Amino acid sequence: MAESRSIKQRTPLRIRVEPRLSEPPAWFPAVVSFSAILVALILGGILISFAGGDPIRSYIHIAKASFGDIGVLSDTIVKATPIILAALACSVAFRMKLWNIGAEGQFIMGAFGASAIVLAPVLPAETPRWIFIPVMMLAGMAAGALWGFIPGYLKAKFNVNEIISTLMLNYVAVAWVNFWIFGVWTEGGFQMSPKFPVAANLPRLTDFAKTFPIFRGLTTHLGLVIGIVAAIILWFIIFRSRWGYEIRLIGDNPQAARYAGIDITKNVIWVMMLSGALAGLGGMSEVTGVVHRLQTAPLAAGYGFTGIIVAWLAKLNPLVIIVASVLFGALILAGREIQPSGVPKMIQGIILVCLIASDFLLRYRIVIERGEE
Amino acid sequence: MTEQTSSTEQKLIIEMRGIVKRFPGVLANDHVDFKLLHGEIHGLLGENGAGKSTLMNVLAGLYRQEAGTILVNGEPKIFSSPRDAIKSGIGMVHQHFMLVPSQTVTENVLLGLDEPRFIMRLPDYDSNIAELGEQFGLKVDPRAKVWQLSVGEQQRVEILKMLYRGVDVLIMDEPTAVLAPQEIEGLFDTLRAMIAQGKSVIFISHKLQEVSAIADRVSVLRKGVATASGVASKGVSRQELARLMVGRDIIFALDKKPCQPGEIVLDVRDIYAENDKGLPALRGLSLNVRAGEIVGVAGVAGNGQSELSQVISGMRQCKKGQVLLGGDTVSNHSTLFGIQHGMAYVPEDRNHVGSAPNLSITDNIIMKKYRKSPILKNGLLDMKAATKLANELKQAYDIIVPNVSTPVRLLSGGNLQRVILAREISGLPSFMVAVQPTRGLDVGAIEGVHRLLLTQREAGAAVLLVSEELEELLSLCDRVYVIYEGKIMGEIMIKGEGHDEGLVDTIGQMMTGTPLDQIQKEGVVANG
Repeated sequence: MAESRSIKQRTPLRIRVEPRLSEPPAWFPAVVSFSAILVALILGGILISFAGGDPIRSYIHIAKASFGDIGVLSDTIVKATPIILAALACSVAFRMKLWNIGAEGQFIMGAFGASAIVLAPVLPAETPRWIFIPVMMLAGMAAGALWGFIPGYLKAKFNVNEIISTLMLNYVAVAWVNFWIFGVWTEGGFQMSPKFPVAANLPRLTDFAKTFPIFRGLTTHLGLVIGIVAAIILWFIIFRSRWGYEIRLIGDNPQAARYAGIDITKNVIWVMMLSGALAGLGGMSEVTGVVHRLQTAPLAAGYGFTGIIVAWLAKLNPLVIIVASVLFGALILAGREIQPSGVPKMIQGIILVCLIASDFLLRYRIVIERGEE
Repeated sequence: MTEQTSSTEQKLIIEMRGIVKRFPGVLANDHVDFKLLHGEIHGLLGENGAGKSTLMNVLAGLYRQEAGTILVNGEPKIFSSPRDAIKSGIGMVHQHFMLVPSQTVTENVLLGLDEPRFIMRLPDYDSNIAELGEQFGLKVDPRAKVWQLSVGEQQRVEILKMLYRGVDVLIMDEPTAVLAPQEIEGLFDTLRAMIAQGKSVIFISHKLQEVSAIADRVSVLRKGVATASGVASKGVSRQELARLMVGRDIIFALDKKPCQPGEIVLDVRDIYAENDKGLPALRGLSLNVRAGEIVGVAGVAGNGQSELSQVISGMRQCKKGQVLLGGDTVSNHSTLFGIQHGMAYVPEDRNHVGSAPNLSITDNIIMKKYRKSPILKNGLLDMKAATKLANELKQAYDIIVPNVSTPVRLLSGGNLQRVILAREISGLPSFMVAVQPTRGLDVGAIEGVHRLLLTQREAGAAVLLVSEELEELLSLCDRVYVIYEGKIMGEIMIKGEGHDEGLVDTIGQMMTGTPLDQIQKEGVVANG
């Protein structure tokens, strides 16, 4: 008895971790995520002060550089737009536990598909904008869907690991676009195509500066609307449509899906094509909204990979993806403002680690208790 | 309540006093006392959720009690991990095995030990482990990889792991739930060998007959409270134990209306199929089920029952033969074809086949109904209608959860089975295959499932019931087929009340491979 008492006295408080047996309340995940970001900023602040900076001032600067006025806010949104679509692409594949690492390649192929309408040319340069844009959207989605179809088909028919095939197809996509801009559509030997006609560009806010002077210089383009509409449609597909139900069922338990009479093979192909189409739409939006010509460097900027992270952060929820993308857009933008330039990348990383780690709190609870008696 | 039951004074090895353990919303153990004597097999009985596993997890160091003390050989102990418990000589074999499939038996046994340190001379250990196995009647090849072993053999590896660590007290959590009848006998022999060599065993179960067969003394838990502690199993009847478990008498007999068989609904004709390993599992099996009757398939586990139900439901292709449902061939079509032809299927594996664990009860309920109105409206799912349906079924089938948006992984075995049955039966099937629908359920839940199956029969559905519980088959079925190595050994009509010993004997012989005609020809069993 005496021995056990001494053990208790040495540990007056003990911390225990227990799996949760019931679902936490609905507000809980939001609070946990928010706190995780807060913790990340504090940790980041400590590191900034080690690097000799003033964390408070740095954060204020980052906030100003990304949300400070309507101009930089617009720039943040421009950065967020391709991320939204790439993350949507990843989220739908991930929901079915298809690890599509190829949003990057599908994004580039989407840009290529859209550009081909102008450069091939499929439509003459004088085509009005209201025809150009829908056709380019369809072409971008089709090209992305094709890039999703290949690994999807290989997975469905021959059980080829989609992680490897989608990853490899990223390089193929870059090489493919390079071939066309180096050789066929080159502008005077430079590694880029000629500029698109104005009618083939997505309208930007600044285009309406004549009627609304406040929009002067704002580069936010129609891609944002495309992204938001796509997110809403995808939310409906996943949570309200018959197909989405099948996707969720396969993702959670393929055996049960088979038992419910669902054709998994067919769905693997369709979901990979949807995923590719969304990424392709992102590529189309970027090339027609920002770059205005086919060029590899600004397109293959890693949006597809950022999309993977953002999809996870948003727990694959299409609507949350919009918010998470804006956060990442801000961090990318701040990267240009802060020296040393690695800092925003580091903060990105810390936020990611904290958010993923905070997931633990949703599944387990921490109990602090006094030693018995 | 202290019963001095053993004639020879046995030493108390473990004493748990006033154990309290709480989970969110549940008081799993409410001041439970438990005493284990040296050299006994102690049965721990209780329904699912009665707190048996919780109490033993506390003893094995997996959970920590909120109040109460544990004494081992009279000394108070605090276990903060299973390692502490093992150090005090207490080891537990869990219901779900904790083995590394790609490693050998020896590697699994050694895993987590301080020895061997760096250079692994595994062959030396192989022979040690083989010897240890021999000593306790645990036959298993130490060099075999775990994935190659049957479930029974894997259980032996788990026991070996504990014996190798030198435990004196072995806790077995529902060890028979995964075993075939002949494997159960082997397990019992091992447990007896352990007792003979001075170990003690705690045997957790909710099966009355097993506990009375193997245990020296029995403790019973009900809703976290000990309703009996350490009564001699010889001095107590099964009825009494059942009452202690559920707090009321269980009706073992069911009121069954006379059978009025109609047309043949399911017709299985001479089918051949392979199992997952590509070995023949069904070899020319034929049977039929008529409307308004329950037909049983009896047999020792692993004689093709799983494959049979999978071929019928469309989850498995057959090589030869065909399955007709209401005159249409359903075999070798997708499962969808069967669903559209009014087939309900209660699969053997509730967690891995029958449900999607992270989806809500509602999502699981609509699994076979989402293709049609009222759930499907203009290509979209009407979640209001789905929730309404789920709530109705929750009421009708006694699914005990706060609300239907709860993911089914949080449900107990009995509740999950009710969700699955609710889904299958509410589709008003013309035919239903139920495979082991009561496996792992507690007594109260079993009765509920039996009632549901009888209601189906009275509603004119054809029911095929695959079960390893002969008593269940005899009390529910109108006819029973006996399966052995993928073939039907014969068909037996069950006539009303009272199963005579001769019948059970005949079925027993058929289950071990003697066809019915042969039994009748030889006149081994006199009819009547």
